[in-house]
Amino acid sequence: MCPILNYMVQYIRTGFNASFAALSDATRRGVLEQLGCADASITDLAEKFHMTLTGMRKHVGVLEQAGLVTTEKVGRVRTCKLGLRRLEEEAAWIERYRQLWDARFDELDKVVEELKRKEKSDGRKKRE
Amino acid sequence: MGARRESEPTPTKNRTTVERKSDRELVVTRTFNGPARIVFEAWTKPELFQQWWVPKSMGMFLRSCEMDVRAGGRYRLVFGHDASNPDEFFGRYIEVIPHSRLVWTNDEGGDGGPITTVTFEERGGKTLLVMSELYPSKEALDAAGTGAADMMRETFAQLDELLVILGASVGRS
Repeated sequence: MCPILNYMVQYIRTGFNASFAALSDATRRGVLEQLGCADASITDLAEKFHMTLTGMRKHVGVLEQAGLVTTEKVGRVRTCKLGLRRLEEEAAWIERYRQLWDARFDELDKVVEELKRKEKSDGRKKRE
Repeated sequence: MGARRESEPTPTKNRTTVERKSDRELVVTRTFNGPARIVFEAWTKPELFQQWWVPKSMGMFLRSCEMDVRAGGRYRLVFGHDASNPDEFFGRYIEVIPHSRLVWTNDEGGDGGPITTVTFEERGGKTLLVMSELYPSKEALDAAGTGAADMMRETFAQLDELLVILGASVGRS
């Protein structure tokens, strides 16, 4: 119902907004600058920016959603790298495509939950 | 701020995977926590379909959604805020097997459009959904992907410029 290209047009419009939002924060801009020099773990970044791990995880999450940073977990350590320039082109558009479906399916989860709830309460009514 | 304890947002979320299965096929998989009949219903009733097909985060607007879900039946989705310049998606259902399988064509782009197959497989109250988009040729899939990649390259180039500007301002502050 929407071949890839069309998805992308729509997705990129919002992806671009997400990037702007991600860049609106000074810490996140600092993180990008830091990752521009070298990859780093969340712990490294938290120390460098004097933040809690949870706080840094959130910032990295925002950058990741915007496609600006990618992370990879090896053992216990999550390493962050600059996203855009390093992703292979195909991997990059496939990842965008995946994110779109992921967003869509998160909404579908809600619809499924709602229908399950309804079915349950209808069943209860019938039994009464 | 640092003293505030934040709970981790970690509800068990099912993973969406995308794989390029072959030169001309892309496959998306995802598990849903509900029986197949319910997931199928959400794909085939327009009033439900509209609730999830356009994620709120995308800022898109679905003007209309018509779906005649039976073999040979047509569908048409119209997007866009501007009625004079709508984005339309249309095609027809080739196969409809309740609670288990949907196949439709994507005709808005002419002959190069893929065939979409969605299967719903129930296991222990959960449903594994597999969606495949099969293009008529490697070239057609590459063109779709390359078109997207080109567009991304352009967008990223703009973003690169922006990063340079912002980077300069970080350096200064």
